[in-house]
Amino acid sequence: MDHQSDTFPKLLTDNAQRLANQVAMREKDYGIWQSWTWAQMRDEILALANGLAALGFQRGDKLAIVGSNRPRLYWGICAAQCLGGIPVPVYQDSVADEMQYVLEHAEAKFVLAEDQEQVDKMLEIQERCPNMHHIIYDDPRGMRSYQHDHLHDFAEVQALGRDFAKQQPSYVHQEILKGKGSDISIFLYTSGTTGKPKGVVMTYANIIMTARNSVNFDKLTQNEEVLSYLPMAWVGDHIFSYGQAYVAGFCINCPESETTIPTDLREIGPTYYFAPPRVFENILTTVTIRMHDAGKLKQGMYNYFMDVARKTGVKLLNGESVGLADKLLYGLGNLFVYAPLKNTMGFSRIRLAYTAGEAIGPEIFDFFRALGINIKQLYGQTEAAVFITMQPDGQIFADTVGVPAPGVEVKIAENGEVLYRGPGVFHSYYKNEQSTRETKNEEGWVFTGDAGYFAENGHLKIIDRIKDVGRFNDGSMFAPKYIENKLKFFPHIKEAVAFGHEKDYCTAFINIDLEAVGNWAERNNVPYASYQELAGHPQVYQMMLKSIEEVNRSLASDKLLSNSQIHRFLILHKELDPDDGELTRTRKVRRRIIAEKYGVLIDALYDGSPNCFIRTEVTFEDGRKGAIEANLSLMDVPTFTPVKEAA
Amino acid sequence: MTESTQEGRKIGGTLLEVKNITLSFGGVKALTDISFDIKEGEIRAIIGPNGAGKSSMLNVISGFYHPQQGEVWFRGQKRGPMRPYEVARQGIARTFQNIALFKGMSTLDNLMTGRITQMNANLFWQAIWKGPAEREEIAHRERVEHIIDFLGIQAIRKTPVGRLPYGLQKRVELGRALAAEAKLLLLDEPMAGMNLEEKEDMCRFILDVNDEFGTTIALIEHDMGVVMDLSDRVVVLDYGRKLADGTPAEVRSDPEVIKAYLGGAHA
Repeated sequence: MDHQSDTFPKLLTDNAQRLANQVAMREKDYGIWQSWTWAQMRDEILALANGLAALGFQRGDKLAIVGSNRPRLYWGICAAQCLGGIPVPVYQDSVADEMQYVLEHAEAKFVLAEDQEQVDKMLEIQERCPNMHHIIYDDPRGMRSYQHDHLHDFAEVQALGRDFAKQQPSYVHQEILKGKGSDISIFLYTSGTTGKPKGVVMTYANIIMTARNSVNFDKLTQNEEVLSYLPMAWVGDHIFSYGQAYVAGFCINCPESETTIPTDLREIGPTYYFAPPRVFENILTTVTIRMHDAGKLKQGMYNYFMDVARKTGVKLLNGESVGLADKLLYGLGNLFVYAPLKNTMGFSRIRLAYTAGEAIGPEIFDFFRALGINIKQLYGQTEAAVFITMQPDGQIFADTVGVPAPGVEVKIAENGEVLYRGPGVFHSYYKNEQSTRETKNEEGWVFTGDAGYFAENGHLKIIDRIKDVGRFNDGSMFAPKYIENKLKFFPHIKEAVAFGHEKDYCTAFINIDLEAVGNWAERNNVPYASYQELAGHPQVYQMMLKSIEEVNRSLASDKLLSNSQIHRFLILHKELDPDDGELTRTRKVRRRIIAEKYGVLIDALYDGSPNCFIRTEVTFEDGRKGAIEANLSLMDVPTFTPVKEAA
Repeated sequence: MTESTQEGRKIGGTLLEVKNITLSFGGVKALTDISFDIKEGEIRAIIGPNGAGKSSMLNVISGFYHPQQGEVWFRGQKRGPMRPYEVARQGIARTFQNIALFKGMSTLDNLMTGRITQMNANLFWQAIWKGPAEREEIAHRERVEHIIDFLGIQAIRKTPVGRLPYGLQKRVELGRALAAEAKLLLLDEPMAGMNLEEKEDMCRFILDVNDEFGTTIALIEHDMGVVMDLSDRVVVLDYGRKLADGTPAEVRSDPEVIKAYLGGAHA
């Protein structure tokens, strides 16, 4: 990397000259999209950097950033970097105690907070964070009567900076020139679902090289529009809304508030978009439900043209040849259905969409691709600065996550764990050498903790967390999450838990999706009074049986996992809930707790009994405790003989 | 939080005073010889059992009813008989017990109607919507956007009010009253029919309005907990008479009030 553009402040200076009048950032404020060009943004950032310097911000100091996606908070990242400092974005919805851990661990001296709510949290933990000297806030609302010497309004700090710049005009410029690619650029704390959060230390080279490679891979240009709505503390947002934006010079848009994201999405019409699978799933569910309520003509048109799209759309997107008649029909469909539909979803201008983090259902994936939305999957980690594998245009499969990203090497360890190394590999975990050594070996290979393998076409397939992968009694592999995901692809299954480690065969708990199943019950005149009654309804059992049979059929054709066919299942009488400790806050199944709590049910799944009584403690939303009792029926599922490969 | 709210406030001189108000409908005396004052910057509550005359009192202040006897003094001037819109123009805004919004209009448009008393461009400019009318509308819109931001209702800006849940409609109504930039805000049971969470939100907004804009607030409320926590001074009415007047603590320990509320003579 040349020395001219090896840090973000240098890229900023460069963009401010090259793209001076191009919009770099927008924010919807007071109902209007306010915008800043690259030149204006540079001036704002420099004013802030000077202000920080005036307040005594030194090289190596940390600036914690606490709040949702606001332009001023993004400027804070770059301003700290101008002075050789390290920005530390924090998840803004964490409670004060969780924040305290991160701020104390990072030794943050300065805090840039979004509003009164975040400032209150900071004041609450200030005593316990002796390093915290200055708090700067973006939104002054409600702050009028706060009287603290170390509390500063953002605009005041900038004003201070403009004065400072008059006295020492070249100070910040000198500091920017001192920066180099191997310097620390940012600390990104992991969300800490498994124990204390770890501070992932990244260098400029990590972020910039990765951003540059991925920009080239997907041919991103300065004309992209991105909606920045995912947490700033998450590595994905740092790459999409910061790294790639600075490297490619495109515009990022900050929504007005969390609740207006769908409207803002529609107004902006991003060209490049990232969302976790759940978001795409919700969009499809909403569309489906609304189409059910539409008039006959509209429904007919939608169904007809969606069939056309499924046949032709994916081929068109993959650049395969399509007959003229099909092309014309697709054009017609675009006029009547696809374009208006994409407009409502906010995807009118979309060129490229990514999803990652969880498996995505094939029909969801196909729905968007059929509409001509180039949605692709990637596989990544904070420690890799996101990209480990990505799907190249034209080689998109729902069940694999693509080929190694440019510059990244991937290999599979003997135990099935996925390892990688490349330019984005993190520097270290902050103040945690042991973890660093455990995760990254001397040769630079990083252990992902995920089990996977390369399919015949050279694409990586992720199965499960390596620690969750078990063995059946006959020694064959049992990957619970892989099975659960297959189940969860059905809209009426909300959650599933599979069992089979050290057992003879695989069984499962099912959670119905109240909305989907309730809707179905309404349409089919199935009366029910409670969740429990609906979940235990014989017709619901039949419906689940059919879905599980389908899963078994598809598992039978998988050479590695054909033993994982589900032999028996039951439908749980209550929804698995983070409040009861059964799921993590990010809705991942906590296997150990479920195994303890529902031990009787698991035993019943393996002893052949037709039903089982269970009493469970539940926590209500207001904290009171109660108990639910139920007599659950268990059901056998037909299994299929594995399809043997021709030897 | 509570301390910081208190620090910034200052309660000034008398903003509104009612003197010896008597109001009757035919033979029914709704209010008998009521006098009290509202000071600038305070939150003043009017409480009392059903039929005590609370809403009648509010309607007298806002010009809906004209009392047979007594005087209303606003900002040091005695008020003659006035129509409600004249009262509104003087700087008194109100919300209603039963929401009185334009159901088919969006939140934004409802809030804009709150600005009508301050729109000055003449009919001609309004009709062609150019020049002064357009400039004026932009200025008003900006003001309204600040209120939308303040109440956190950006997401329902363009939603027809009739489609909103009750709690949000109440919030929009408060917004419309705020849009009028009133000196005195009259809230008729702002928390009636709300659940606990909505009540907490509404309390927060009332305190913030008072704190942030320095608006004087007079409110009628049934929820005693809310009244005692929120208001600086409380007037208690019963059967059209004034029973007590003072700080929440004084009122709470007043034997007359206890009798009226817990049942005594006329239980």
